[in-house]
Amino acid sequence: MTNEFWSFIFGRLTWDVLPLHEPIVVVTFIVVALAGLAVVGALTYFKLWGYLWTEWFTSVDHKKVGIMYMVLGLIMLLRGFADALMMRLQQAMAFNGSEGYLNAHHYDQLFSVHGVIMIFFVAMPLITGFMNYVVPLQIGARDVSFPFLNNFSFWMTAGGAVLIMASLFVGEFAQTGWLAFPPLSGIEQSPASGVDYYIWALQIAGVGTTLSGVNLIATIIKMRAPGMTLMKMPVFTWTSLCTNVLIVASFPILTAVLTLLALDRYVGTNFFTSDFGGSSMMYINLIWIWGHPEVYILILPAFGIFSEVASTFSGKRLFGYTSMVYATVVITVLSYLVWLHHFFTMGSGASVNSFFGITTMIISIPTGAKIFNWLFTMYKGRIRFELPMMWLIAFMLTFSIGGMTGVLLAVPPADFVLHNSLFLVAHFHNVIIGGVLFGIFAGINYWWPKAFGYKLNQFWGKISFWLWNVGFWLAFGPLYVLGLMGVTRRLRTFDDPSLQIWFIIAGIGALVIAGGIAAMAIQFAVSILGKNKEWDTTGDPWNGRTLEWATSSPPPQYNFAFTPVIHDNDAWADMKKHHAQQPTKDFLEIHMPRNTGTGVILAALSVVLGFALIWYMWWLAILSFVGIIGAAIIHTFNYDRDYHIPVEAIAEVEDRRMRLLSGAQ
Amino acid sequence: MSSQVQTADGEAPQYYELVPQHHSAHGSTQIGFWIYLMSDCLIFASLFAIYGVLGANYAAGPSPEHLFNLPLVAVSTAALLLSSITYGFAMLDMEEGKQRGTVLWLAITGLLGAVFLGLTLYEFYHMIHEGAVPQRSAFLSAFFVLVGTHALHVTFGIIWLVTLLAQIGWKGLIPANKIRVQCLSMFWHFLDVIWIGVFTVVYLMGMLR
Amino acid sequence: MNAQTTDSLTAAEMAHAHPNPNAHASDSNHGTRRSYLIGFALSVILTAIPFWLVMADVIADTMIATLVIMGFGVVQILVHMIYFLHMNTRSEGGWTMMAAIFTIIVIVIALSGSLWVMYHLNTNMMPGHIMNPADML
Repeated sequence: MTNEFWSFIFGRLTWDVLPLHEPIVVVTFIVVALAGLAVVGALTYFKLWGYLWTEWFTSVDHKKVGIMYMVLGLIMLLRGFADALMMRLQQAMAFNGSEGYLNAHHYDQLFSVHGVIMIFFVAMPLITGFMNYVVPLQIGARDVSFPFLNNFSFWMTAGGAVLIMASLFVGEFAQTGWLAFPPLSGIEQSPASGVDYYIWALQIAGVGTTLSGVNLIATIIKMRAPGMTLMKMPVFTWTSLCTNVLIVASFPILTAVLTLLALDRYVGTNFFTSDFGGSSMMYINLIWIWGHPEVYILILPAFGIFSEVASTFSGKRLFGYTSMVYATVVITVLSYLVWLHHFFTMGSGASVNSFFGITTMIISIPTGAKIFNWLFTMYKGRIRFELPMMWLIAFMLTFSIGGMTGVLLAVPPADFVLHNSLFLVAHFHNVIIGGVLFGIFAGINYWWPKAFGYKLNQFWGKISFWLWNVGFWLAFGPLYVLGLMGVTRRLRTFDDPSLQIWFIIAGIGALVIAGGIAAMAIQFAVSILGKNKEWDTTGDPWNGRTLEWATSSPPPQYNFAFTPVIHDNDAWADMKKHHAQQPTKDFLEIHMPRNTGTGVILAALSVVLGFALIWYMWWLAILSFVGIIGAAIIHTFNYDRDYHIPVEAIAEVEDRRMRLLSGAQ
Repeated sequence: MSSQVQTADGEAPQYYELVPQHHSAHGSTQIGFWIYLMSDCLIFASLFAIYGVLGANYAAGPSPEHLFNLPLVAVSTAALLLSSITYGFAMLDMEEGKQRGTVLWLAITGLLGAVFLGLTLYEFYHMIHEGAVPQRSAFLSAFFVLVGTHALHVTFGIIWLVTLLAQIGWKGLIPANKIRVQCLSMFWHFLDVIWIGVFTVVYLMGMLR
Repeated sequence: MNAQTTDSLTAAEMAHAHPNPNAHASDSNHGTRRSYLIGFALSVILTAIPFWLVMADVIADTMIATLVIMGFGVVQILVHMIYFLHMNTRSEGGWTMMAAIFTIIVIVIALSGSLWVMYHLNTNMMPGHIMNPADML
């Protein structure tokens, strides 16, 4: 009786699912709990909760939402990287009969959660953060098209991250690899909560990602400043447009596939099972129709960042703007025609494999064109080797090599040898770290002064740069070698002792990268807390070329007191050349959206819904689902969503800016 | 506007917009909603792909000709098609500012949607009663999910419609409500388009197999 | 009379057309009573014929019947997009149409690609295996 009562209340959530038998997890939990308590305590002590709630959590300001995305991404980077370090350590140890220090159950969760976190909760929030922060500024807009939706999207992404983090301490995570292929991810092979955490974390975050994609497309289509035709848009805005098109046109497929997997697990349907006509290969086929565009979703904004960096720090207009735009668009379309190269070995035969092999090789052409565009932008430019420029050069070297190993893998016969080997692992880390992550680091160093009003510390930035670069090659060079020797991915122990030295080198590389991350943390700390800040009073610390540099650093809440008029695709460079002055009087009141807590509430309810579904607490699932619908409906009854910033407030902000500017000259 | 780019005498170009153009408060809503519909379309595309690949895997279970009741499908199709034109009439009345007519046509649309939903549920009940449950075969899994997802969309459409009726009753046909009626119109007609795909691919082609 | 309305609407839009990307052409998103009725009549016809074809077993060849029915489906979807969703090349500066075309391309790629890939997979990896047990009967 009581037993039935408790299992009604808590579903399958019992004391047994807490990983108390795993000392590593217990220690992690204690550390995290203490650190969390310290943070909560500090926030309470300094009475910051109200400030955070009104100024940040409920903010619909695209700049603040963007910064929140960046913070989320950087925190999750620490988690994802900790997983990576643990895997490297395990693989360096587990030779000569040693089992290493991780049991199979734990290790299998590690490689799964590492991939999921790095793609969905590091790379995606970081690029979404940049797009949110920069795009409205670059197109001369005051906010995105749907500011509330923007806040809601962020919190859904954060909600997914919360579920992933919860899986570490309550129950377990999937042991299936980052794409959870059935039948391994089916209910028979994975009956525990792991795959359910995977499904609901991604579904919740996926809602946020899709809506943020819709939002940014509408923003770019509708909110550009007068005169900014499509071919006058900055390249970063172009790549953001294409990335969001890819998001909107591919994430629904992921949503559908994960829903079907969930139905297989929860209801017992037969989509991807091995019985009753189901086909697990169809899962692999569909999820890669999403999965391949996904990698371009990640890399295109990085290309955009590098384009801005290349022209700014070479002091020149970007070489081949038009070809850059067309290359981006071509990549967008072609990215839907290559998905099968992820499973050449499935056995679709020669004709199918050759088609997808050839399309894969074709897609490297526009990418190569971009590399040449950046090189020619640098050619005869006055190059300033600031940190963003250094990341650009490191990117071009690293990414080109990663791209070439990708073309190798695109040859189906070669892929039959290299499929699922460490060569593949080295390849995609080579393009994702060397492309996406380096782009993000370039972007952080480039736009930090815009967001916070001072530059990042150069010294620690350079140390981080060199540690990352050296560490990267130390960590992944050996994986290429091992992969060519036939070592497959995701192995926990090894029999051949001659391989160990390569894994030790890779482990050292991971430690060097850890140094790079530490140096970056120090760089942030020194820059934020240090006494001698490199303040940026002009709003244009790098002699930039696009509109975001026309505002003060940080920009006022409304971005532009007067909407700029665009005559050239390097709009700000053009304005500086013609000594365009923003008017200093006759301000008009500005119409702005009001902050709202609905996004936080909806996302919190979604997390509860996900948690309830994971643990079969059906009453709670129904309750939270009804709550979500109800809260959404109540929100639509609120018609009072905006306000006007009075002229005096604008005049005050703009006068302060003018005083700063005249002081700077 | 180009006239604002150049000053009156046509010499120095202007770099700031001194007099802001009037931006419609809901300028982005329609295109944004349209883009959302496109993403929803891809969810259905995935389900159609699943149905296309697995739809013939009956696993020795019942096949379409044993299950489908075409006259019933024809009736529910008729209900949905009728609801399209009634929504159209609601839109016309709204543009003419006739609140009463708008509300009436919207309510009829919702009722027709409910009829459609009832018929779908009846069909599901009937099939499950005969043992043709979603778990029986990949074909049935794909069938139930594809038709069920469409029915779920209709359900949300009806909830939205009822909410909207309350809001029109409260605030009248203010611009904010008008834009919502327009968005729901797109949603409703979009569900029609999906339904055309469903009855063609699932029911008609299923009966041909 | 209705033709006149349509013409003046187009003219008004042309007057509005200028290079400014912020220009709104959303006024073109409305239908007239006539256009709704035409759309409805067309869709009734386009629904009735395929239902009749299948229910009365008119075309003996399954392949041809399938193609004909799919043809009717495609035409009816187009009718709905034009008469009910009011799609044209002008609304929202062409972005509605652009988004729809891109989506259709992706759908065609995903559908035909999946069918192609999975068909080849089945023929290659399960030769002689009958995928559909009902076929054995």
